[in-house]
Amino acid sequence: MSTDRTVPALDVAGVSHSFGRRRALYDCSFTVPVGGVTALIGRNGAGKSTLLRAASGLLRPDGGEVRVLGEPVGDRSLPRIGYVAQQAPLYPMLTVAQTLALGRRLNPRWDAGYAQHLTDDAALPSTARVGTLAPGHRSRLALVMALAKRPELLLLDEPLASLDPVARTEVIGTLMADVAERGTTVLLSSHVVADIDGVCDHVVVLAEGRACLVGEVEPVLAGHLVAVGAGFEISTLDGAEVIEVRTAGRDAIALVRSAGPVPAGDLAWHRPTLEELLLGYLRAAGPELKREVSAA
Amino acid sequence: MIFRIDRRTGTSVYVQLVQQVRQAIRMGRLAPGDRLPTAREVSERTGINPNTVLKAYRELEVAGLVEPRQGSGTFVRRDLAPLPDHTEALRRELADWVTRALAAGLDISDMQALIVEAAAGTAPTLEDAHHVD
Repeated sequence: MSTDRTVPALDVAGVSHSFGRRRALYDCSFTVPVGGVTALIGRNGAGKSTLLRAASGLLRPDGGEVRVLGEPVGDRSLPRIGYVAQQAPLYPMLTVAQTLALGRRLNPRWDAGYAQHLTDDAALPSTARVGTLAPGHRSRLALVMALAKRPELLLLDEPLASLDPVARTEVIGTLMADVAERGTTVLLSSHVVADIDGVCDHVVVLAEGRACLVGEVEPVLAGHLVAVGAGFEISTLDGAEVIEVRTAGRDAIALVRSAGPVPAGDLAWHRPTLEELLLGYLRAAGPELKREVSAA
Repeated sequence: MIFRIDRRTGTSVYVQLVQQVRQAIRMGRLAPGDRLPTAREVSERTGINPNTVLKAYRELEVAGLVEPRQGSGTFVRRDLAPLPDHTEALRRELADWVTRALAAGLDISDMQALIVEAAAGTAPTLEDAHHVD
Protein backbone atom coordinates (compact mmCIF):
# COMPACT_ATOMS: atom_id res chain seq x y z
CA MET A 1 0.00 0.00 0.00
CA SER A 2 1.42 3.36 -0.94
CA THR A 3 1.34 6.04 1.67
CA ASP A 4 0.22 9.56 0.82
CA ARG A 5 2.85 11.87 2.29
CA THR A 6 0.60 14.94 2.33
CA VAL A 7 -1.82 13.35 4.82
CA PRO A 8 -0.49 13.14 8.38
CA ALA A 9 0.20 9.64 9.68
CA LEU A 10 -1.66 10.59 12.84
CA ASP A 11 -4.04 13.49 13.35
CA VAL A 12 -5.20 14.04 16.92
CA ALA A 13 -7.88 16.74 17.01
CA GLY A 14 -9.29 18.07 20.26
CA VAL A 15 -9.13 14.72 22.04
CA SER A 16 -10.31 14.58 25.65
CA HIS A 17 -10.62 11.59 27.92
CA SER A 18 -11.22 10.98 31.62
CA PHE A 19 -10.94 7.94 33.82
CA GLY A 20 -13.62 8.62 36.41
CA ARG A 21 -12.67 11.93 37.97
CA ARG A 22 -9.14 11.80 36.63
CA ARG A 23 -8.67 13.75 33.42
CA ALA A 24 -6.05 12.04 31.24
CA LEU A 25 -6.36 14.07 28.02
CA TYR A 26 -7.89 17.49 27.65
CA ASP A 27 -8.48 19.08 24.23
CA CYS A 28 -5.25 17.55 22.95
CA SER A 29 -4.34 18.33 19.33
CA PHE A 30 -1.29 17.65 17.15
CA THR A 31 -0.27 15.82 13.98
CA VAL A 32 2.50 13.35 13.25
CA PRO A 33 4.04 13.59 9.75
CA VAL A 34 4.50 10.51 7.57
CA GLY A 35 8.00 9.00 7.49
CA GLY A 36 9.28 10.73 10.59
CA VAL A 37 10.18 9.62 14.06
CA THR A 38 8.19 11.55 16.63
CA ALA A 39 8.93 11.40 20.34
CA LEU A 40 6.01 11.77 22.71
CA ILE A 41 7.49 13.23 25.88
CA GLY A 42 5.81 13.81 29.20
CA ARG A 43 6.07 13.11 32.89
CA ASN A 44 4.39 10.13 34.49
CA GLY A 45 0.65 10.61 34.23
CA ALA A 46 0.86 13.23 31.47
CA GLY A 47 -1.45 11.20 29.22
CA LYS A 48 1.09 9.51 26.93
CA SER A 49 -0.25 5.98 27.26
CA THR A 50 -3.88 7.10 26.98
CA LEU A 51 -3.02 8.97 23.82
CA LEU A 52 -1.23 5.99 22.27
CA ARG A 53 -4.16 3.72 23.12
CA ALA A 54 -6.54 6.19 21.49
CA ALA A 55 -4.30 6.30 18.39
CA SER A 56 -4.23 2.50 18.20
CA GLY A 57 -8.02 2.30 18.34
CA LEU A 58 -8.04 0.37 21.63
CA LEU A 59 -9.57 3.29 23.51
CA ARG A 60 -12.43 5.42 22.28
CA PRO A 61 -11.89 8.93 23.70
CA ASP A 62 -14.76 10.85 25.34
CA GLY A 63 -14.31 13.68 22.88
CA GLY A 64 -12.41 14.71 19.76
CA GLU A 65 -11.24 12.72 16.79
CA VAL A 66 -8.23 10.57 15.93
CA ARG A 67 -7.41 9.97 12.26
CA VAL A 68 -4.75 7.51 11.12
CA LEU A 69 -3.34 7.97 7.60
CA GLY A 70 -6.37 9.97 6.60
CA GLU A 71 -9.17 7.85 7.99
CA PRO A 72 -10.90 7.73 11.36
CA VAL A 73 -9.19 5.16 13.55
CA GLY A 74 -11.10 1.86 13.44
CA ASP A 75 -11.07 -1.64 12.02
CA ARG A 76 -9.89 -0.45 8.62
CA SER A 77 -6.79 1.21 10.06
CA LEU A 78 -5.79 -1.75 12.24
CA PRO A 79 -3.63 -3.58 9.66
CA ARG A 80 -1.73 -0.34 9.04
CA ILE A 81 -0.87 0.21 12.72
CA GLY A 82 1.67 -1.57 14.90
CA TYR A 83 1.20 -0.91 18.60
CA VAL A 84 3.27 -2.08 21.54
CA ALA A 85 1.82 -1.27 24.94
CA GLN A 86 4.05 -0.52 27.90
CA GLN A 87 3.78 -3.94 29.57
CA ALA A 88 4.44 -5.76 26.26
CA PRO A 89 1.23 -7.82 26.52
CA LEU A 90 1.73 -11.32 25.08
CA TYR A 91 0.35 -14.75 25.93
CA PRO A 92 2.62 -16.12 28.70
CA MET A 93 1.74 -19.80 28.01
CA LEU A 94 2.80 -19.68 24.35
CA THR A 95 6.38 -20.29 23.26
CA VAL A 96 8.24 -17.71 21.17
CA ALA A 97 7.69 -19.84 18.05
CA GLN A 98 3.97 -20.22 18.80
CA THR A 99 3.67 -16.48 19.32
CA LEU A 100 5.19 -15.87 15.89
CA ALA A 101 2.85 -18.45 14.33
CA LEU A 102 -0.08 -16.63 15.89
CA GLY A 103 1.17 -13.37 14.39
CA ARG A 104 1.34 -15.01 10.98
CA ARG A 105 -2.28 -16.23 11.21
CA LEU A 106 -3.71 -13.00 12.57
CA ASN A 107 -2.01 -10.48 10.30
CA PRO A 108 -2.62 -10.37 6.53
CA ARG A 109 0.62 -8.50 5.85
CA TRP A 110 2.80 -10.64 8.15
CA ASP A 111 6.42 -10.96 6.99
CA ALA A 112 7.62 -14.32 8.39
CA GLY A 113 11.19 -13.92 7.10
CA TYR A 114 11.55 -10.54 8.77
CA ALA A 115 10.04 -11.90 12.00
CA GLN A 116 12.58 -14.75 12.06
CA HIS A 117 15.45 -12.40 11.26
CA LEU A 118 14.48 -10.04 14.10
CA THR A 119 13.95 -12.92 16.52
CA ASP A 120 17.41 -14.28 15.73
CA ASP A 121 18.98 -10.84 16.09
CA ALA A 122 17.44 -10.50 19.54
CA ALA A 123 18.63 -14.05 20.43
CA LEU A 124 15.13 -15.04 21.53
CA PRO A 125 14.99 -18.80 22.24
CA SER A 126 12.15 -20.12 20.05
CA THR A 127 11.13 -22.95 22.41
CA ALA A 128 10.98 -20.80 25.56
CA ARG A 129 7.60 -19.88 26.97
CA VAL A 130 6.88 -16.16 26.87
CA GLY A 131 6.09 -16.16 30.59
CA THR A 132 9.62 -17.31 31.41
CA LEU A 133 11.36 -14.61 29.33
CA ALA A 134 13.15 -11.72 31.02
CA PRO A 135 11.26 -8.41 30.73
CA GLY A 136 13.75 -7.11 28.17
CA HIS A 137 13.30 -10.21 25.98
CA ARG A 138 9.54 -9.98 26.30
CA SER A 139 9.50 -6.39 25.10
CA ARG A 140 11.76 -7.29 22.18
CA LEU A 141 9.36 -10.07 21.18
CA ALA A 142 6.46 -7.61 21.37
CA LEU A 143 8.41 -5.31 19.08
CA VAL A 144 9.05 -8.18 16.64
CA MET A 145 5.28 -8.79 16.54
CA ALA A 146 4.62 -5.13 15.77
CA LEU A 147 7.34 -4.81 13.10
CA ALA A 148 6.63 -8.09 11.31
CA LYS A 149 3.05 -7.09 10.59
CA ARG A 150 4.65 -4.42 8.38
CA PRO A 151 2.73 -1.43 9.68
CA GLU A 152 2.86 2.03 8.19
CA LEU A 153 2.47 3.64 11.62
CA LEU A 154 4.28 2.22 14.62
CA LEU A 155 3.04 3.27 18.08
CA LEU A 156 5.47 2.36 20.87
CA ASP A 157 4.80 3.02 24.53
CA GLU A 158 8.13 3.31 26.38
CA PRO A 159 9.77 0.73 24.08
CA LEU A 160 13.21 1.07 25.67
CA ALA A 161 12.24 1.10 29.35
CA SER A 162 13.00 -2.53 30.17
CA LEU A 163 16.03 -2.94 27.93
CA ASP A 164 19.68 -3.19 28.92
CA PRO A 165 22.04 -0.67 27.25
CA VAL A 166 23.14 -3.06 24.50
CA ALA A 167 19.58 -4.13 23.66
CA ARG A 168 18.61 -0.47 23.67
CA THR A 169 21.07 0.40 20.90
CA GLU A 170 20.07 -2.74 18.96
CA VAL A 171 16.37 -1.91 19.17
CA ILE A 172 16.90 1.70 18.13
CA GLY A 173 19.09 0.50 15.24
CA THR A 174 16.37 -1.93 14.12
CA LEU A 175 13.71 0.77 14.30
CA MET A 176 15.78 3.32 12.41
CA ALA A 177 16.67 0.78 9.71
CA ASP A 178 12.94 0.10 9.27
CA VAL A 179 12.30 3.84 8.94
CA ALA A 180 15.10 4.15 6.37
CA GLU A 181 14.04 1.16 4.33
CA ARG A 182 10.27 1.40 4.37
CA GLY A 183 9.52 4.96 5.41
CA THR A 184 7.66 3.70 8.47
CA THR A 185 6.27 6.44 10.69
CA VAL A 186 7.17 6.00 14.35
CA LEU A 187 5.55 7.62 17.38
CA LEU A 188 7.30 6.55 20.56
CA SER A 189 6.74 7.71 24.09
CA SER A 190 9.53 8.16 26.59
CA HIS A 191 10.38 10.04 29.70
CA VAL A 192 14.09 9.44 29.25
CA VAL A 193 15.14 12.42 27.18
CA ALA A 194 18.61 11.06 26.48
CA ASP A 195 17.07 8.03 24.75
CA ILE A 196 15.43 10.04 22.00
CA ASP A 197 18.15 12.59 21.19
CA GLY A 198 19.29 11.96 17.63
CA VAL A 199 16.53 9.40 17.20
CA CYS A 200 13.47 11.61 16.78
CA ASP A 201 13.05 14.35 14.18
CA HIS A 202 9.82 15.63 15.71
CA VAL A 203 8.72 16.10 19.31
CA VAL A 204 5.39 16.39 21.06
CA VAL A 205 5.51 17.39 24.73
CA LEU A 206 2.43 16.42 26.70
CA ALA A 207 1.61 18.14 29.96
CA GLU A 208 -1.64 17.94 31.85
CA GLY A 209 -3.25 16.06 28.99
CA ARG A 210 -2.44 18.66 26.33
CA ALA A 211 0.28 19.09 23.75
CA CYS A 212 2.29 22.11 24.96
CA LEU A 213 5.08 21.85 22.39
CA VAL A 214 4.80 20.32 18.91
CA GLY A 215 7.32 20.59 16.12
CA GLU A 216 10.35 19.51 14.16
CA VAL A 217 13.41 19.24 16.41
CA GLU A 218 15.88 21.55 14.61
CA PRO A 219 13.52 24.52 14.07
CA VAL A 220 12.15 24.14 17.60
CA LEU A 221 15.69 24.30 19.03
CA ALA A 222 16.48 27.30 16.83
CA GLY A 223 13.36 29.01 18.17
CA HIS A 224 14.47 28.90 21.79
CA LEU A 225 17.28 30.37 23.88
CA VAL A 226 18.69 29.78 27.32
CA ALA A 227 19.71 32.85 29.31
CA VAL A 228 22.10 32.60 32.23
CA GLY A 229 23.00 35.52 34.45
CA ALA A 230 23.19 37.05 37.87
CA GLY A 231 20.28 38.88 39.39
CA PHE A 232 18.25 39.56 36.27
CA GLU A 233 14.59 40.29 36.23
CA ILE A 234 12.31 38.18 34.09
CA SER A 235 10.72 41.44 32.96
CA THR A 236 13.99 42.48 31.31
CA LEU A 237 13.63 39.69 28.77
CA ASP A 238 11.60 41.89 26.43
CA GLY A 239 9.80 40.37 23.53
CA ALA A 240 10.56 36.82 24.55
CA GLU A 241 8.11 34.33 25.96
CA VAL A 242 9.60 32.90 29.14
CA ILE A 243 8.95 29.16 29.38
CA GLU A 244 10.73 28.43 32.63
CA VAL A 245 13.03 30.18 35.11
CA ARG A 246 15.10 28.62 37.86
CA THR A 247 16.95 30.69 40.39
CA ALA A 248 19.79 29.89 42.76
CA GLY A 249 20.60 32.83 45.01
CA ARG A 250 21.22 35.78 42.73
CA ASP A 251 21.75 33.61 39.67
CA ALA A 252 19.01 32.60 37.30
CA ILE A 253 18.68 30.43 34.24
CA ALA A 254 15.74 30.86 31.90
CA LEU A 255 14.41 29.03 28.86
CA VAL A 256 12.71 31.45 26.50
CA ARG A 257 10.96 31.12 23.17
CA SER A 258 12.61 33.55 20.80
CA ALA A 259 13.17 33.19 17.08
CA GLY A 260 15.36 36.29 16.78
CA PRO A 261 19.13 36.57 16.99
CA VAL A 262 20.91 36.09 20.29
CA PRO A 263 20.36 39.35 22.24
CA ALA A 264 23.29 41.43 23.41
CA GLY A 265 23.62 42.56 27.02
CA ASP A 266 24.80 41.25 30.34
CA LEU A 267 23.19 37.84 30.11
CA ALA A 268 24.95 34.86 28.61
CA TRP A 269 22.76 33.29 25.92
CA HIS A 270 23.01 29.97 24.19
CA ARG A 271 20.83 27.69 22.08
CA PRO A 272 19.39 24.89 24.21
CA THR A 273 20.27 21.26 23.73
CA LEU A 274 17.26 19.01 23.18
CA GLU A 275 17.54 17.88 26.79
CA GLU A 276 17.58 21.46 28.15
CA LEU A 277 14.59 22.35 25.99
CA LEU A 278 12.46 19.36 26.94
CA LEU A 279 13.35 19.51 30.63
CA GLY A 280 12.40 23.20 30.61
CA TYR A 281 8.96 22.42 29.22
CA LEU A 282 8.45 19.44 31.51
CA ARG A 283 9.40 21.43 34.63
CA ALA A 284 7.28 24.39 33.54
CA ALA A 285 4.29 22.08 33.43
CA GLY A 286 4.57 21.66 37.18
CA PRO A 287 4.59 18.63 39.43
CA GLU A 288 3.18 15.39 38.10
CA LEU A 289 -0.50 14.62 38.67
CA LYS A 290 -1.23 18.19 39.75
CA ARG A 291 -4.25 18.23 37.45
CA GLU A 292 -5.85 15.28 39.21
CA VAL A 293 -8.17 17.44 41.34
CA SER A 294 -10.65 18.91 38.93
CA ALA A 295 -13.05 17.21 36.56
CA ALA A 296 -14.89 19.38 34.09
CA MET B 1 33.38 4.97 7.24
CA ILE B 2 32.17 4.63 10.80
CA PHE B 3 30.42 7.53 12.44
CA ARG B 4 30.85 8.26 16.11
CA ILE B 5 28.07 10.36 17.59
CA ASP B 6 28.49 12.15 20.89
CA ARG B 7 25.07 13.12 22.20
CA ARG B 8 26.44 15.08 25.14
CA THR B 9 28.05 17.83 23.11
CA GLY B 10 25.81 20.72 22.14
CA THR B 11 26.59 19.97 18.48
CA SER B 12 23.59 18.58 16.64
CA VAL B 13 23.84 15.06 15.27
CA TYR B 14 23.63 16.12 11.66
CA VAL B 15 26.43 18.67 12.08
CA GLN B 16 28.56 15.93 13.64
CA LEU B 17 27.94 13.71 10.61
CA VAL B 18 28.91 16.50 8.21
CA GLN B 19 32.05 17.27 10.20
CA GLN B 20 33.10 13.64 10.32
CA VAL B 21 32.77 13.14 6.56
CA ARG B 22 34.69 16.37 5.93
CA GLN B 23 37.35 15.22 8.37
CA ALA B 24 37.59 11.78 6.75
CA ILE B 25 38.02 13.34 3.32
CA ARG B 26 40.63 15.76 4.61
CA MET B 27 42.56 12.96 6.32
CA GLY B 28 42.35 10.69 3.30
CA ARG B 29 40.30 8.02 5.07
CA LEU B 30 37.68 8.68 2.40
CA ALA B 31 39.12 8.96 -1.10
CA PRO B 32 37.47 10.33 -4.23
CA GLY B 33 35.15 7.66 -5.66
CA ASP B 34 34.51 6.02 -2.27
CA ARG B 35 30.88 5.28 -1.42
CA LEU B 36 29.42 6.63 1.81
CA PRO B 37 27.39 4.13 3.85
CA THR B 38 23.68 4.25 3.05
CA ALA B 39 21.29 5.97 5.43
CA ARG B 40 19.96 2.53 6.35
CA GLU B 41 23.43 1.23 7.22
CA VAL B 42 24.26 4.29 9.32
CA SER B 43 20.88 4.20 11.06
CA GLU B 44 21.02 0.53 11.89
CA ARG B 45 24.56 0.78 13.25
CA THR B 46 24.27 4.01 15.20
CA GLY B 47 20.57 4.42 15.92
CA ILE B 48 20.56 7.81 14.21
CA ASN B 49 17.36 8.86 12.50
CA PRO B 50 17.82 8.17 8.74
CA ASN B 51 16.25 11.53 7.89
CA THR B 52 19.13 13.15 9.79
CA VAL B 53 21.68 11.13 7.80
CA LEU B 54 20.04 12.16 4.51
CA LYS B 55 20.04 15.80 5.62
CA ALA B 56 23.78 15.60 6.35
CA TYR B 57 24.45 13.98 2.96
CA ARG B 58 22.44 16.71 1.22
CA GLU B 59 24.54 19.36 2.92
CA LEU B 60 27.74 17.60 1.81
CA GLU B 61 26.34 17.47 -1.71
CA VAL B 62 25.56 21.20 -1.70
CA ALA B 63 29.11 21.81 -0.46
CA GLY B 64 30.36 19.90 -3.50
CA LEU B 65 32.07 17.13 -1.55
CA VAL B 66 29.86 14.19 -2.50
CA GLU B 67 27.48 13.29 -5.29
CA PRO B 68 24.50 10.97 -5.28
CA ARG B 69 24.38 8.43 -8.10
CA GLN B 70 20.97 7.13 -9.08
CA GLY B 71 20.34 3.79 -7.47
CA SER B 72 23.90 3.15 -6.28
CA GLY B 73 24.48 5.52 -3.38
CA THR B 74 26.38 8.63 -2.39
CA PHE B 75 30.01 8.94 -3.48
CA VAL B 76 32.93 11.19 -2.67
CA ARG B 77 33.46 13.34 -5.75
CA ARG B 78 36.32 12.34 -7.99
CA ASP B 79 37.40 15.86 -8.80
CA LEU B 80 38.20 16.82 -5.21
CA ALA B 81 41.66 18.34 -4.90
CA PRO B 82 44.07 16.02 -3.07
CA LEU B 83 45.65 17.25 0.12
CA PRO B 84 49.01 19.00 -0.28
CA ASP B 85 52.03 16.73 0.22
CA HIS B 86 53.43 18.49 3.26
CA THR B 87 50.31 17.80 5.40
CA GLU B 88 51.69 14.42 6.38
CA ALA B 89 54.70 16.02 8.08
CA LEU B 90 52.46 18.54 9.85
CA ARG B 91 50.24 15.73 11.10
CA ARG B 92 53.22 13.87 12.53
CA GLU B 93 54.47 17.00 14.28
CA LEU B 94 51.00 17.65 15.64
CA ALA B 95 50.77 14.07 16.92
CA ASP B 96 54.06 14.60 18.80
CA TRP B 97 52.77 17.88 20.17
CA VAL B 98 49.52 16.26 21.32
CA THR B 99 51.50 13.56 23.12
CA ARG B 100 53.48 16.24 24.98
CA ALA B 101 50.30 18.22 25.73
CA LEU B 102 48.63 15.13 27.20
CA ALA B 103 51.73 14.47 29.31
CA ALA B 104 51.48 18.07 30.53
CA GLY B 105 47.93 17.40 31.70
CA LEU B 106 46.00 19.22 28.95
CA ASP B 107 42.71 17.86 27.70
CA ILE B 108 41.18 18.18 24.22
CA SER B 109 39.49 21.49 24.87
CA ASP B 110 42.70 22.99 26.34
CA MET B 111 44.51 21.92 23.18
CA GLN B 112 41.79 23.30 20.93
CA ALA B 113 41.99 26.62 22.76
CA LEU B 114 45.78 26.73 22.24
CA ILE B 115 45.48 25.90 18.53
CA VAL B 116 42.74 28.48 17.96
CA GLU B 117 44.86 31.05 19.76
CA ALA B 118 47.92 30.19 17.65
CA ALA B 119 45.94 30.28 14.40
CA ALA B 120 44.46 33.66 15.35
CA GLY B 121 47.96 35.01 15.94
CA THR B 122 47.26 35.96 19.54
CA ALA B 123 49.47 33.34 21.18
CA PRO B 124 52.74 34.45 22.79
CA THR B 125 55.66 33.66 20.48
CA LEU B 126 59.03 32.15 21.36
CA GLU B 127 60.58 35.60 21.29
CA ASP B 128 58.09 36.88 23.86
CA ALA B 129 59.05 33.97 26.06
CA HIS B 130 62.78 34.85 25.76
CA HIS B 131 62.05 38.43 26.71
CA VAL B 132 60.41 37.20 29.90
CA ASP B 133 63.48 35.10 30.70
